[in-house]
Amino acid sequence: MNVKKNMSGNDEWAVEAQGLVKKFGNNHAVDGVDLHVRPGVIYGVLGPNGAGKTTTIRMLATLLRPDAGSAKIFGYDVVKDPQIVRQLIGVTGQYASVDESLTATENLVIFSRLLGLGRAEAKKKSSELLEEFSLTEAAKRPLKNFSGGMRRRLDLAASLIAQPPLIFLDEPTTGLDPRTRNQMWETIRRLVKSGSTVLLTTQYLQEADELADRVAVIDRGRVVAEGTVDELKMSVGNASLQIRIKDRQALNSARQIVEKVLQAPSVILPEAGRITAPMAEADRVTDLLIAMREAEIKLAEVSVQKPSLDEVFLTITGHKAEASQKTESLEKSGEMKQ
Amino acid sequence: MINNSMVPVSKRQLKKNSGLGQTVRNSLTMAYRGLLKIRRTPEQLFDVTLQPIIFTLMFTYIFGGAISGNVQSYLPVIIPGILVQTVITTSIVTGVQLREDMDKGVFDRFKSLPIARIAPLAGALLADTIRYTIATVLTFAMGYIMGYRPDGGLGNVIFAGVLVIVCSWAMSWIFAFFGVIARTASSVQGISMLVLFPLTFLSNAFVPVKTMPGWLRWFANVNPVSHLITAVRHLTNSGSVGWDFAATLIGAAVVVIIFAPLTVRAYMRRT
Ligand SMILES: Nc1ncnc2c1ncn2[C@@H]1O[C@H](COP(=O)(O)OP(=O)(O)OP(=O)(O)O)[C@@H](O)[C@H]1O
Ligand SMILES: [Mg+2]
Repeated sequence: MNVKKNMSGNDEWAVEAQGLVKKFGNNHAVDGVDLHVRPGVIYGVLGPNGAGKTTTIRMLATLLRPDAGSAKIFGYDVVKDPQIVRQLIGVTGQYASVDESLTATENLVIFSRLLGLGRAEAKKKSSELLEEFSLTEAAKRPLKNFSGGMRRRLDLAASLIAQPPLIFLDEPTTGLDPRTRNQMWETIRRLVKSGSTVLLTTQYLQEADELADRVAVIDRGRVVAEGTVDELKMSVGNASLQIRIKDRQALNSARQIVEKVLQAPSVILPEAGRITAPMAEADRVTDLLIAMREAEIKLAEVSVQKPSLDEVFLTITGHKAEASQKTESLEKSGEMKQ
Repeated sequence: MINNSMVPVSKRQLKKNSGLGQTVRNSLTMAYRGLLKIRRTPEQLFDVTLQPIIFTLMFTYIFGGAISGNVQSYLPVIIPGILVQTVITTSIVTGVQLREDMDKGVFDRFKSLPIARIAPLAGALLADTIRYTIATVLTFAMGYIMGYRPDGGLGNVIFAGVLVIVCSWAMSWIFAFFGVIARTASSVQGISMLVLFPLTFLSNAFVPVKTMPGWLRWFANVNPVSHLITAVRHLTNSGSVGWDFAATLIGAAVVVIIFAPLTVRAYMRRT
């Protein structure tokens, strides 16, 4: 049966979720999440480990039934019309969802056939996608011999066969080296240019900053902040202060002064002797410098910058994003998670 | 491709349910996937290739003299017995592999695609008939090499083979059910063995039922596996079709009628 145009579907919201709840035993993995995503944007869902990002995506992608609340994809309810929703989405999960024992081509051909493509069409589509994702050379090898990055790319390729208008990407760049990650970002931007909507999750604040038009910050199963990246940064203050102390012994007393004068929590990087804190108004820095002089703390460096999402996270949740340190070590060493 | 612009949602033809045609097509694609997997991992076929060869050799020479006087006259008794035992044992794999498959990431993708939801299950059951066929052919071939010349003729041997494959397919619904409800693949293997051993060994597969104590004889006589074995013996050795044949088909139908809906329901709930 064909559903008539605009009978219940609409193009106003790509994702419209209200009060989504999922419990695993006593663990409220998702505890009332609201999300509104306009078509044609990259929407970032940001949160530390265990925040409920994957669980939220799984509910939106019809893989998990919500315990409460409702979600609509282009106007179609994920519980009432799951089969229609599945025709509108592509899902790249956090863990590779391709067949390990088959080759890249075989995987794509099978998914294409399942999506209703004919034999020749499926072959053509598969080789196009492999080409697009620079996997042609590895096409005939079993996936067992694929690197993490190749697997990730194949996974994304598999989600694009039907050219779905909405694509879910759960931590698309976790475990990728910086170069591959940049390629992935390029691909995501191109997808959106071609008219798709992308909802991605990430633990990397920098990634959301780089890619997303709007961001929802989730912590412990709840959305704790939502808006454009700039709005979020504004909510923390116009500026972010960074100071470096000459004498590391004084780090703690310096931090106390910073927090007292700026009336905001701060982050310290002890190795560097650095303190970072959000600032509501840039001219507070004068008060701070005077207070430092009075306490006889010598500064090596002072700078005022636009705040990073790290500080946004800190201010909103009151605890430090565990992921932020990982981001840094990942950048330095290209080391992989998992 | 990526550069092409997207078809807007309002212009898309969206289907609320997958029809019968799509269900069949999706199931066939999933069966094709099963075959590809068998081809990629031929070691999976160890059991269906080695068991018919080893069991046929072993049981024939161990029991042959004791039960039928000599190996030659034991062959018409033992070959159908071993055939049924091996092929049905093979059907356990359906459940174990289904569980393994459902735990893999690729299953998430199947669940997120707009395909008939039953297709992965139907495809797996379908692809496994190839394993039964291999085991059937090998057992008959082994028997032939050892000197078994069934009087029923080639046509009836093939007919008997098909009967065994159909019945094993029916049995595989039981193991598929375990596969769907169990938490780990090894527990599927465990429960399935527990069901399988009494069914295949407490039957007329290796020894005449009249040598058994009364209670065991009762079980061996009602055991549907015994009926299947007798039906195969009649077909291969004399080309005749009788009550056992009918009883077998009824038994197979009952198993499917009970376990197919149970499995499908449990499967839908788990996915
Ligand atoms: N299948 C499950 N059974 C039980 N608990 C689960 C299950 N899936 C997730 N959880 C729990 O739900 C919470 C949220 O998990 P989720 O995977 O959604 O977090 P996440 O934000 O994706 O984290 P990560 O960044 O580590 O991927 C966690 O406490 C997790 O232990
Ligand atoms: Mg996750």
